[in-house]
Amino acid sequence: MQANEASTDVVVIGAGPVGLFAVFQLGLARLKAHVIDILDKPGGQCAELYPEKPIYDIPGIPGCTGQELTDRLLEQIKPIEPVFHLGEMVTALTRTSDGKWRVDTDAGRVLIAPVIVIAAGGGSFVPKRPPIPGIEAYEGTGVFYAVRKIEAFRGKRVVIAGGGDSALDWTVNLAPIAQKLTLVHRRPEFRAAPDTVNKMRALEAKGLVKFELGQPSDLKGSDGKLDAVVVKRPDGTTFDIATDALVPFFGLTMKLGPIADFGINLHENLIPVDTAKFETSMPGIFAIGDINSYPGKLKLILSGFHEAALMAQAAHRYVHPDKVLRFQYTTSSSELQRLLKVA
Amino acid sequence: MFVTVRMPDGATHRLEALEGWRIMEVIRDWGIPIKAECGGACACATCHVWVGEEWVGKLVPPSAEELEMLDGAFQVDERSRLCCQIIMTPELDGLEVELAPESLADAPPERMVVGG
Repeated sequence: MQANEASTDVVVIGAGPVGLFAVFQLGLARLKAHVIDILDKPGGQCAELYPEKPIYDIPGIPGCTGQELTDRLLEQIKPIEPVFHLGEMVTALTRTSDGKWRVDTDAGRVLIAPVIVIAAGGGSFVPKRPPIPGIEAYEGTGVFYAVRKIEAFRGKRVVIAGGGDSALDWTVNLAPIAQKLTLVHRRPEFRAAPDTVNKMRALEAKGLVKFELGQPSDLKGSDGKLDAVVVKRPDGTTFDIATDALVPFFGLTMKLGPIADFGINLHENLIPVDTAKFETSMPGIFAIGDINSYPGKLKLILSGFHEAALMAQAAHRYVHPDKVLRFQYTTSSSELQRLLKVA
Repeated sequence: MFVTVRMPDGATHRLEALEGWRIMEVIRDWGIPIKAECGGACACATCHVWVGEEWVGKLVPPSAEELEMLDGAFQVDERSRLCCQIIMTPELDGLEVELAPESLADAPPERMVVGG
């Protein structure tokens, strides 16, 4: 077995609140889990979309933010010792010859397990693509949604679009090495750390950054080579910025992504499941949280928690078909308390 | 009371709306495929609409938070609003909104090169 290949009891796809709590419930059933998420941090929507927003409907927690809920879940599952693979996207899910499941990620990782739990919410978070006709033709050659290698931008003319932390951070970081850096944003205010905005303004004063008010509306170039970004000003008039690269930072959005290709039955981009085990059309593959559907489904975090608990019971039967899982309470079971390192 | 929703493909829907409901909720609960991925928390920009010219001045102006979130939308202009932040009132009977393309749910799966 290679270094990037591993076998485990359960692979959980998605590290949002429901994926994290699934790790806990699987842990109580003495099942080991690996967790994969495309984001570079756990928490899913709670951490990415609304870390500062309050949540008032978690049982027993009158109020907490998305980030606080994530932090508490991470604390709760710490004794279970899950293995996280963050910043990776599952690209394929296939059956092995011995009846287990094989998960491949875009980082070249391979995980083998008898049980897969899809807790992927609305799908994978991917960068928002500006609605410019033909933009796909430039992606990877003239349009980049992330900066992976700073050196790739040395001596280049770069246009960064957006007004959040990513746009401002990369404006400040790329300005010293780019031949010319233009920041394009629809308004003079920015939604970014004030310190970074000050740094950008200082670079602008030195002539290292040019700020333009507007939004990218078109691209000019040929054969994947970008020549210019057309920018629409607030008054509707347009102008060109000659450039080698456009780096749009408009945040992330959710796409179902490769899950659609796994061969699992889907209905309106959701995965139908039964309400006893939350199992999909494929045996051993479960779907819990916002991504599943069943009669009466409510997209609530607490619904996902309930689904995780029932799923874990069924998952145990796949991993240990020869064993009976004794149902126990954490309040009274010294075995579970040892597992949770509280006794 | 009714609101009219124009879809990116030009189709229009006239939807009955109840007082106190967010326009995003009206659109979603009539089964129109609006993305609205944060569920109405003003924490994404996937319920972006352009309101009819004559309605711009009749709406409660956007909060600073809404204006910030609109930075994550495309083709933003003075008619742009996040429709989870528009609450239905009798004064808004007849409201016209056009759904921005990026706010349409059920976009087909696509591959993109993130690169860089």
